[in-house]
Amino acid sequence: MDPETQSMKLTFNIHGGDFTHAGQPSSEVKKVLKQLGIDGKTIKGIVIALYEAEVNVVAHAWKGTVEVEIDETKITIIVHDEGPGIPDIELAMQAGYSTASKKVREMGFGAGMGLPNMKKNTDELIIESEVDKGTTVKMINYFL
Amino acid sequence: MKLREIAAVLNATISCGAERIDDEVEMGYSSDLMSDVLTLDTDNLVLITGLVNLQAIRTAEMADIRAIVLVRNKKATDQMLELACENGMCILESPYSLFKSSGLLFQAGLKPIY
Repeated sequence: MDPETQSMKLTFNIHGGDFTHAGQPSSEVKKVLKQLGIDGKTIKGIVIALYEAEVNVVAHAWKGTVEVEIDETKITIIVHDEGPGIPDIELAMQAGYSTASKKVREMGFGAGMGLPNMKKNTDELIIESEVDKGTTVKMINYFL
Repeated sequence: MKLREIAAVLNATISCGAERIDDEVEMGYSSDLMSDVLTLDTDNLVLITGLVNLQAIRTAEMADIRAIVLVRNKKATDQMLELACENGMCILESPYSLFKSSGLLFQAGLKPIY
């Protein structure tokens, strides 16, 4: 990548309830990072965090977007959704705590590990939310 | 343990990735909860699950898991097989329960992650 270039940007749309397409953005980002020669361990952490964020939108929200920006030193991912929001973020961060519906649990999700997995796999994680409006998650991972 | 041996122990058929049948895995993880799978720090494992939907394959894709056993006589959907083959994964299908599959593999020397 040319250091003079600003950055590479990717955008994806997510639809609430759409478990068929969940994971596609993460898969695309994984391919791009591989092509850029980023090491496997770093890629894994990034795509796991993004995948968990995607599934959160699909499982809980009405719709959302994923904005990815990759530059020389880091990747910044902003996942924004319109949805019920998170009333108590600290509680939601607790491993095992889940508000997933029965349908979502039947799909294999709702273990309550999504946000903890995101925290574990990112260098910076910022969550902002408003009840009955939506949630924005910003994740930054620095390349080695 | 080779995937070939795992298939034999579990009386499993290979529905995808037959070329990987001599690949080795050291450990196993049995779960129907995909977010728990995503907490694992290693990828040298076979995922044993009864979850038959595309997200089981996506989870394996994100976690770099290359071998999956579907238990309880479940069959992978066409969508699952397409994604699995695209990612070079090996999918085995066993008629045994999750409990039996886990027990047999543990006995045969497959190590737990924890």
